[in-house]
Amino acid sequence: MGWKELPRGGSILEPGNSESRYTGDWRTFKPVIKQDKCTRCLRCWIVCPEPAIYIIDKPYATSSGRQFKFSVEVNYDYCKGCGMCVEECEPKAIDWVEEEK
Amino acid sequence: MMAKPFFRTVYDVPREEYLAPGHGLCAGCTAGTIVKLLLKVAGPNTIVVNATGCVEVSTTPFPYTSWKVPWIHVAFENAAAVASGIESALKALKAKGVLDPSKKINIIALAGDGGTYDIGFQALSGMLERGHKVMYVLYDNEAYMNTGIQRSGGTPVYAWTTTTPVGKILKGKIQQKKPIAEIVAAHRIPYVATANPGYFADMMNKFKKGLEVDGPSFVHVIQPCTTGWKFDPRYGIVLARLATETGLWINWEQEEGQFRVTVTVPRRKHVRHYFELQGRFSHLTPEEIEAIQKEVDLEADRINKLVGRTVIGPLVE
Repeated sequence: MGWKELPRGGSILEPGNSESRYTGDWRTFKPVIKQDKCTRCLRCWIVCPEPAIYIIDKPYATSSGRQFKFSVEVNYDYCKGCGMCVEECEPKAIDWVEEEK
Repeated sequence: MMAKPFFRTVYDVPREEYLAPGHGLCAGCTAGTIVKLLLKVAGPNTIVVNATGCVEVSTTPFPYTSWKVPWIHVAFENAAAVASGIESALKALKAKGVLDPSKKINIIALAGDGGTYDIGFQALSGMLERGHKVMYVLYDNEAYMNTGIQRSGGTPVYAWTTTTPVGKILKGKIQQKKPIAEIVAAHRIPYVATANPGYFADMMNKFKKGLEVDGPSFVHVIQPCTTGWKFDPRYGIVLARLATETGLWINWEQEEGQFRVTVTVPRRKHVRHYFELQGRFSHLTPEEIEAIQKEVDLEADRINKLVGRTVIGPLVE
């Protein structure tokens, strides 16, 4: 793209287009949420600085019979693997797994 | 009389995200958490004025942006001045009937500690004095982290930075941290607060109050920096919480002249728990830590006297 095609003043006309930059390849360890142990306290969703943890409208029934209307999932396209969610998870429902290639 | 808090549990927090993923903040940077929650409180009708700093550089690598709200980048020194101008322009457009006068548009000035304590201070002071209805959010990572960890007015005493190195003569920064929130409170503006991302509901309520008052407001947020403070990225929020638990960071607010401590600490921890997690304080001797602890004790006594009851409890561990 030459400078003549750029928007005036260098404005970026598409809000939130950094979604096309995948930062998932930064990480060496990844968090894996154990849906069965998760109590849906949403602590990880609050602290995730990306945000790479999302609330998904997917009902889930745990093996002990608890019904949840939603699930919490990690988007590995963006997760940089900082581990803040692992540290904050009170029921220890997030595993810290090394990436393998 | 205390109003009912707007955000009480995690389920009160809106699900919409106005900060897109894919930004270049370091893994484990708590600035992402702060900005994300700030935008959740402010909503889509918001204009953000961002001074140069970590958040500006890493969220907008041209031609990408992580912001889903109108956003403008300005120099280090004039975030408050540009925010004042935007507020006045909106007022004029509303008076001329171009914009609907009943439409509420939030204006947020966002700057780091370099852009507030040092370079942007006179613009900030001017904005507060003129009384523009802008919320100024300071994310304080206690040095110029973006340009390579140089000391700022917000760097605490004894902290290592590249311009206050640790050697035979110098042992980190010599001077004390500037009490910026108290300086801003001395401008007698309607709302001043200090907040901590470790207590997210408290922080979000403060953002909400700051946006609702009629006049300027200022929220000072501590932001643990994994690169500059030299700690494992996963301890960002743990450190933020430890800062309050040790009494080094007191979460208070001053609303219409009423001073209140919003997060009380019944049992205070020793400051060494906070220092031993961070590489920038690794050179401290036990005597130096005890000296800092004495100062924190004095500060806790001063706050307790100011409030009139024990809000920052005794040292227990």
